[in-house]
Amino acid sequence: MNDLSASSRITYGAVPLQPGLARRVRGLSDKALAWLFITPTIVLLLAINIFPLVWTIYLSFTNYRANRSNAPVKWLGIDWYQTILTDPDIWAAMQVTAHFVFWTVVIETVLGFGLAFLIDKKFRGHGMWTTIILLPMMLSPAVVGNFWTFLYQPQIGLFNYMVAFLTGRSASSFQMLGDVTLSPWAIVIVDAWMWTPYVMLICLAGLRSIPDYIYEAAEVDRASKWRQFWSITLPMALPFIMLAVLFRGIENFKMFDMVNLLTGGGPGSTTEVASITLKRAAFESWRTGYSSAFAIILFVTVFGLANIYVKALNRVKSR
Amino acid sequence: MSIANTAHSVVEPSLNTRRLAGSLVVLYAVITMIPLVWIVLTSFKSPDDAISYPPKIVFTPSLEGYCNLFTTRSRQTPEFIRTLGPPQGLCDDIARSRNMVVAGPSNYVPRFVNSLIIAFGSTVLAVALGTLSAYGFSRFRVPLKDDLLFFILSTRMMPPIAVAIPIYLMYRTIGLSDTRLGMILLYTSVNVSLAVWLLKGFIDEIPREYEEAAMIDGYTRFQAFVKVVLPQATTGIAATAIFCLIFAWNEYAFAVLLTSGNAQTAPPFIPIIIGEGGQDWPAVAAGTTLFLVPIVVFTVLLRKHLLRGITFGAVRK
Repeated sequence: MNDLSASSRITYGAVPLQPGLARRVRGLSDKALAWLFITPTIVLLLAINIFPLVWTIYLSFTNYRANRSNAPVKWLGIDWYQTILTDPDIWAAMQVTAHFVFWTVVIETVLGFGLAFLIDKKFRGHGMWTTIILLPMMLSPAVVGNFWTFLYQPQIGLFNYMVAFLTGRSASSFQMLGDVTLSPWAIVIVDAWMWTPYVMLICLAGLRSIPDYIYEAAEVDRASKWRQFWSITLPMALPFIMLAVLFRGIENFKMFDMVNLLTGGGPGSTTEVASITLKRAAFESWRTGYSSAFAIILFVTVFGLANIYVKALNRVKSR
Repeated sequence: MSIANTAHSVVEPSLNTRRLAGSLVVLYAVITMIPLVWIVLTSFKSPDDAISYPPKIVFTPSLEGYCNLFTTRSRQTPEFIRTLGPPQGLCDDIARSRNMVVAGPSNYVPRFVNSLIIAFGSTVLAVALGTLSAYGFSRFRVPLKDDLLFFILSTRMMPPIAVAIPIYLMYRTIGLSDTRLGMILLYTSVNVSLAVWLLKGFIDEIPREYEEAAMIDGYTRFQAFVKVVLPQATTGIAATAIFCLIFAWNEYAFAVLLTSGNAQTAPPFIPIIIGEGGQDWPAVAAGTTLFLVPIVVFTVLLRKHLLRGITFGAVRK
């Protein structure tokens, strides 16, 4: 700490502080300073996150419509919640969402863990290849949605061409984004392409956190590689895998951009995830009260599931 | 990465295992790269080459995609074009070969400028607020600290669409809708949670003794923060800034829902570039490629911090 020279001790900037002022600045207690440091962030979050949330809760009990802001607002109580929870279309959207979350998380976890396991073998150049693999998750969903739309074009797209080349079908015989059975998988493929690296990175951290001596002890005990994998690698990496699943699960439950860009919810409503239903109700039909209630239901669902899951995660961690 | 550097031990995989693992990873990396490489190639194709079947790997490079991204063109008769003087630059030359002349810059330029202003503005704000709060949470006894930190994190669990409705109404009421300031504040609020969590991790690692020594030397707490902690936290602050920048740069959902023209950023704009006879794929690819470049650079720079950044600092390498 030599750079804190004696001459600069009681100066603040270039101006030497008056003794009284110095005492007052120093007199700003740690407690006051702590609040001074933390308050701006809290205020911002209250203004731009919590206040809107509270407003959404209020709106969800009314028949307010944002495109008719002068119309008298009627208090409806829990009507919207009843409407939504008994609407088969909403349940269909929730099912589509659940399918997406399930399949993307399963595929990303299996592939991501597999890749991490391989990279952990420290072959030559693993650092460079890891960085390359990580690229997709750094991109904008808008950009990703765009170029995959291009790749999926039946007449000109590279994806169709490659599938056609490998399977011998004709490239224009199937439409990834226009076919009711294929379009959900078209989105799953893009999501897996983009986010497998994310799971891989977290799993890699998990694998690297396992100390070598445990394996050395297992070697001494002549445990087979297979046994080592099931009894050491997997259980010790499990908290990390679960963390990755948590983050991906929350993100994919909220999934909007990719679907909006690739299919917009179609064909029909085969890829209409909850966020798309919500966007349509809120910004196309302008049913603000209704969509607010749906937004609250979604938020409570994510929040509730995440909390349950975090409890499970903590149990695994503390084992 | 420390474990990777430990001395050769019995658990070091055999050369064959490593080779097999290496080839599988390289195979995955190559498959991953195909879409990216393809889009960069497409950005240098002529519109005809871009939609040819089978897809062309060998083609004559063209800058038409980039020109179409940055300019608007108007159709003219060949006779009229012949009366004009020499072409005004490369893009005009390309346009004339298609019986068009460059009419002016496209909307991409102001969108791109919006992206820059909003991304940098919100990053500076989020990092500034985040650094202060992170220091506060790291060094002081704050009542309900864990609850406040969890509250900050939980703001990220909201689906963007859910917050977009009231923010849209709120901004409309106070005159912030479709303004850059509104978007800066919104992105700051999204980024600040990441910034607080990440920076708290970085600041926790700076020994408290440094500031205590400075304070014994007569510094106030605030001076110690500015002159001792901030310089020590530079790397962490830089990494956090890049993460905030990438988020704001990439964001799509809020941008598409809350902006319409004035404050719209580039991501919602790229998908709607329509040329004559449908989607102008080389122009879309060009917009995409330009958007990829800074991200690729940042990814390489961020390698070491990537894990922290994407997990809110919950996992450290």
